[in-house]
Amino acid sequence: MINYIWFFLIFIGIVVALFTGNIDIINTTIIEDTQQAVMFAIGLTGIMAVWLGLMNIANKSGLIKSFSKLLRPLTHILFPKIPKDHKALSLIIMNMVTNMFGAGNSATALGLKAMEEMNTLNKDKKTATNAMCMFLVINMSSVQLVPLTVLKIRADSGSSNPTEIIGTSLIATFISTIVGIISVKLLENRR
Amino acid sequence: MVNILSLISISIIPFIMSIILIHGFIKGINLYDVFVEGAKEGFKTAIKIMPYLIAIFVAIGIFKRSGAMNIMVNLFTPITKLLGIPKEVVPLVIMRPISGSGSLAVVKDIVTTYGADSFIGRVASTMMGSAETIFYTMAIYFGAIGIKNSRHTLSAALLSHIAAVIASVFICNLVFN
Repeated sequence: MINYIWFFLIFIGIVVALFTGNIDIINTTIIEDTQQAVMFAIGLTGIMAVWLGLMNIANKSGLIKSFSKLLRPLTHILFPKIPKDHKALSLIIMNMVTNMFGAGNSATALGLKAMEEMNTLNKDKKTATNAMCMFLVINMSSVQLVPLTVLKIRADSGSSNPTEIIGTSLIATFISTIVGIISVKLLENRR
Repeated sequence: MVNILSLISISIIPFIMSIILIHGFIKGINLYDVFVEGAKEGFKTAIKIMPYLIAIFVAIGIFKRSGAMNIMVNLFTPITKLLGIPKEVVPLVIMRPISGSGSLAVVKDIVTTYGADSFIGRVASTMMGSAETIFYTMAIYFGAIGIKNSRHTLSAALLSHIAAVIASVFICNLVFN
């Protein structure tokens, strides 16, 4: 799937650039956007290292296991295949919590570790498990409680009440997350 | 309410950090050594996701900068009209799953053009606050562990995105109109 999307994006992009006579944007993109990608990954390295360091402590002290057990009633419905004291559960919840409170990069670091832990339970290492699909869909549909950047944009443009959209965003997020969860549950039984 | 939420947002990381450190300290863990040992893995992960990030950034960059994105937005306008989505926010609907920084720029543009307190401005802000980028997230999360077949992740994520869009319009209609 990603194969087709990737090809489609680049191919159509080049064709459009050719027809509109700004083919030079291809070069600009290759130079500037790749640099951005590398900078992002490098920026993430530090935060990754901090969280993986802390997680190593929490793992050795037994905190992750107890936390996973504690969350069992909550996580059982969403991730029935993950054993009850598995490390992945703690990491998933911590990813969700940090995500909700707007610590995007920390959330990514924890989320990547969660994926790695879920992959230890995976028999076919090239194919996503049900738990991974569920985790990612929740991750992509639930967002921070206070969308700070949006509030900033609204305040800068002279809104009389920049924060009025927090409530509406929360309801919309809630609906989209529920739809996401139901979609995953329905789609995972196919094939 | 907002102040409380912002306060929690600022203190959540120090809070988690303290709990982990205090618990580890009580359990007699050699904190410093164990931290460093875990931190080493951070570099491996960052290097592993880099090629995926570059692949996605290049594809999205070309698509956006060439103007293909705008053409796609125009193509989608009739469909979104059918769903009752104002045509002014269509660029955001298309951009949101593709690029985070790109959609932020679109929101900025919408809010400056139509005003933050206009209906369009409110719908756009709500939409921005209720969805996430899909392609890039999938690329790095699956890329980091070498998953090739993402199965139903993309379809479910897109359904969830459509739900966020429709819900945003519906709720804004209900609350602000």
